[in-house]
Amino acid sequence: MSTDAEHTGSQGRSDPPARVTRRAALQTAASAVAFATAPASNAQQTGPTTSAAAEGSTIRLIVNGQPRTLSVDPRQSILDILRETLDLTGTKKGCNAGACGACTVLLNGQRINSCLALAAMHDGAEITTIEGLAKGDDLHPLQQAFIERDGLQCGYCTPGQIMSGVACISEGHAGSVQEIKAWMSGNICRCGAYAGIVEAISDVAKGGKL
Amino acid sequence: MNPQAIGKPLTRIDGRAKVTGAARYAAEFNQPNQAYAVIVSSTIGLGRITGIDPAAEHLPGVLAIISHLNAPRLPYNPHKGGIDPSYGERLHVLQDDQVRFYGQPVALVVADTLVRAERAAAALRITYDAQHPIVGPRDKQAKPIAPEADGRLEADNVRGDPEAALASAAVAVDITSDIARQNHHPMEPHATIAAWDGDRLTLWSKSQFVANEQEEIAAVFGMAPENVQVICPFVGGAFGTSLRTWPHVTLAALAARQVGRPVKLALTRRQMSFTTGHRPRTLQRMALGATRDGRLTSIIHEGTGETSRYEQFIESLTSGTDFMYSCPNVRTRYRLVPLDTGTPTYMRGPGEASGMYALETALDELAYKLGIDPIELRRRNEPRIDESTNRPFSSRSLMACYDIGAERFGWAKRTPEPQSMRDGRLLIGMGTATATYPAMQFPASARARLLADGTAEIESAASDMGPGTYTSMTQVAADTLGIPVGRVRFSLGNSDFPPAPPHGGSQTMAAVGSAIRAACLAVQDLLVERAAANPRSPAHNMGKEALEWVDGHLRRKGGAASGQSYAEIVGAAGGVPVEATVSVARDPEIDNKYSMHAFGAVFVEVSVDPDVGIARVRRALGAYGAGRIVNPRLARSQCLGGMIGGIGMALMEHTSLDARDGRPVNAHMAEYLLPVNLDIPDLDVLFVDEVDPHVNPLGVKGLGEVSLVGMAPAIANAVFHATGRRIHELPIRIEHLLGV
Repeated sequence: MSTDAEHTGSQGRSDPPARVTRRAALQTAASAVAFATAPASNAQQTGPTTSAAAEGSTIRLIVNGQPRTLSVDPRQSILDILRETLDLTGTKKGCNAGACGACTVLLNGQRINSCLALAAMHDGAEITTIEGLAKGDDLHPLQQAFIERDGLQCGYCTPGQIMSGVACISEGHAGSVQEIKAWMSGNICRCGAYAGIVEAISDVAKGGKL
Repeated sequence: MNPQAIGKPLTRIDGRAKVTGAARYAAEFNQPNQAYAVIVSSTIGLGRITGIDPAAEHLPGVLAIISHLNAPRLPYNPHKGGIDPSYGERLHVLQDDQVRFYGQPVALVVADTLVRAERAAAALRITYDAQHPIVGPRDKQAKPIAPEADGRLEADNVRGDPEAALASAAVAVDITSDIARQNHHPMEPHATIAAWDGDRLTLWSKSQFVANEQEEIAAVFGMAPENVQVICPFVGGAFGTSLRTWPHVTLAALAARQVGRPVKLALTRRQMSFTTGHRPRTLQRMALGATRDGRLTSIIHEGTGETSRYEQFIESLTSGTDFMYSCPNVRTRYRLVPLDTGTPTYMRGPGEASGMYALETALDELAYKLGIDPIELRRRNEPRIDESTNRPFSSRSLMACYDIGAERFGWAKRTPEPQSMRDGRLLIGMGTATATYPAMQFPASARARLLADGTAEIESAASDMGPGTYTSMTQVAADTLGIPVGRVRFSLGNSDFPPAPPHGGSQTMAAVGSAIRAACLAVQDLLVERAAANPRSPAHNMGKEALEWVDGHLRRKGGAASGQSYAEIVGAAGGVPVEATVSVARDPEIDNKYSMHAFGAVFVEVSVDPDVGIARVRRALGAYGAGRIVNPRLARSQCLGGMIGGIGMALMEHTSLDARDGRPVNAHMAEYLLPVNLDIPDLDVLFVDEVDPHVNPLGVKGLGEVSLVGMAPAIANAVFHATGRRIHELPIRIEHLLGV
């Protein structure tokens, strides 16, 4: 994603960044969004963000089944929208650079690192977060399995692990312990609850509860 | 006490909150009208700030840019918490133009949204007069010093004549080790939300020690501690990094006061490598002398750890060596190297994790020189008492750990010669090592309150960073009161609660558990008084000695009647809750009488790919003697986590500093390598059934640290067995193993 963003953004910049940092990617992605939302006749003149021009895009998201119309700053990630705008703090910020998986949510049914997903680029998307997994008081089978297998300690990576685990199963990547480990290795657990995480996913995959 | 809950593998009481996202961590207590602060970190490693361009002030949404140029001079009244270094003074943030280390906070940007604060922080231009920092302990300009004596740790210990004994030893080894700096990198970054209401300050702040954070911030701002409240019901991992109160907490409070709004401040992952402590890099020498039949005659352990220029961080690097094995001639020496870095801090297994690496790899080397099995060598040197203090151990199950561990692990299948075991083209090695960590107990307090509905509320300003404090303390309260766990509500993480010690040093179970037990007993005594004073109570006018508590009911001793329940006693007096607050400290006599430690034996099997030099842990087992296990399910998890931390220490973790400016070059989670799911094989945990009647009334020793200690040397020993190559540097990396 950052490669695309920089490519698009660099057309509008006289000084593209020499190397892509996350911040640079965000800034250039922001200008990419400015292209997308600006009237066509102005597009070629739209440079790297002036904040006034960039701020205030309106997007629609369906979050845990609820339609939301949101005014977003084009630099904002889905993660920050969830945590800071919608107060859905179950989705965690661990590294903000796509390296830890704590921010994993389902976007149109696929697991993504929400810290790397710019909200403005996902108008119309359906997002499921940890808060949307249980049905009322009934926990999702994987939530229950995490408790029973003690697949958590501090709990901070847990929402990301569970969302990733739900996708791991639905993708068909939970056929063996080794396969689960491989497909869950994008979600770091610093407390080291990996054994319980794998057992929980394996239980639910075998039980066909999804 | 009739144990119904203690010893049972209950699932986590806070599990539901954690799997649904309902558990709120510090940065998640969003406040109305909240602004956001972002720290600007220095981009030089030493020098001074010469200018700050104010242009960023005009970016959209910016409320304030705070630096030493405009920050108020804060009182910074003297304050030393139990986890602060005894010598030196904390960093006074934004109080002068000096830069002491790379990444030091030099300015703070406050804006109405996070993204605008981040934008303005990135745009802020700061100029410096830079000097060259010294950041490596091997740098020629780095000078070791003896730490100031602070009563907590002796830097120099000697018994016998270790130099002469070494010189005349039949067999000797003399090794050095270099263990990398590590960062804790808990999943939850440090964060504080600060809100002022007149003179009162509320901090929702990530902390393993809310009582100290309250006192420290009060001292920094010159306030009465009762005007500061620190709230932290959940800690997203910490491993020591949230014991101290670091500069960002002060900055959040300062910003909130400055802009007149609640302010949220979270560190970035990168900033987690700058100002919030680290396991210090250590350089060690370990020399052992022994007789031909493997009796140790001399141990010399010299260890040096890095610290900052402004504080002396000390840890128990050489302490395990003093008492671990029987030996008449032992010298341990501990030194510090002050460097241009932030102050290190305690990280899981502080001191012992690094020190035992030196001792246990040297012992393995000695076993090879002697041709004696490594377990047998340890057996021959098993002491009967702690020879450094001449005190008996309150309990010591090390050999039992080796026995059950070796049996379960299949140690007998190991062929001793290096490079003698293979699986296809992979070299296989098995290694073992001893783990130890002191069984500490700092003073702690708790409140127990019995309500008219027969439920109990328990409060203590304790913390739960993952071991399961919520659950295990509920078990202790339930059993002490004789009621089901479902009728106990335990709350922690609030400085308004009775103070608890730091949630570190593996002593929460001992300290807070003992306080909760005492508070429950005290509230029972109050209920006896209340019942005795009630003319309609069967216990009217009866003394405590004639009564007993059985399954949550008060009855005449030995009587047949079921007695009165909590609800009945509280209800009979108008339903006013009865509460007791109790502080508990370990009897100093116990400390004078016994040497108290948890022990463990760790077994590891590694494979080494001889073509590409990759070492992987294939399986491992930890057997621990740590007193009573309150919750086996959670205890197992905690030990697995410690072992995984040890795998990280041995094979991955290394905060690498650029020698030119002190910049941590891998200050993010993609290049600070730590164990991911696929790195972790089957791990096994065993507990020796150890009864320790002395250590504390609950008989618990703690598991958090001992489960990490020993893992790294066991891995290094297994790598030697696989390859014949002794690696004295951690982490063990591919380049160490090429060409084996």
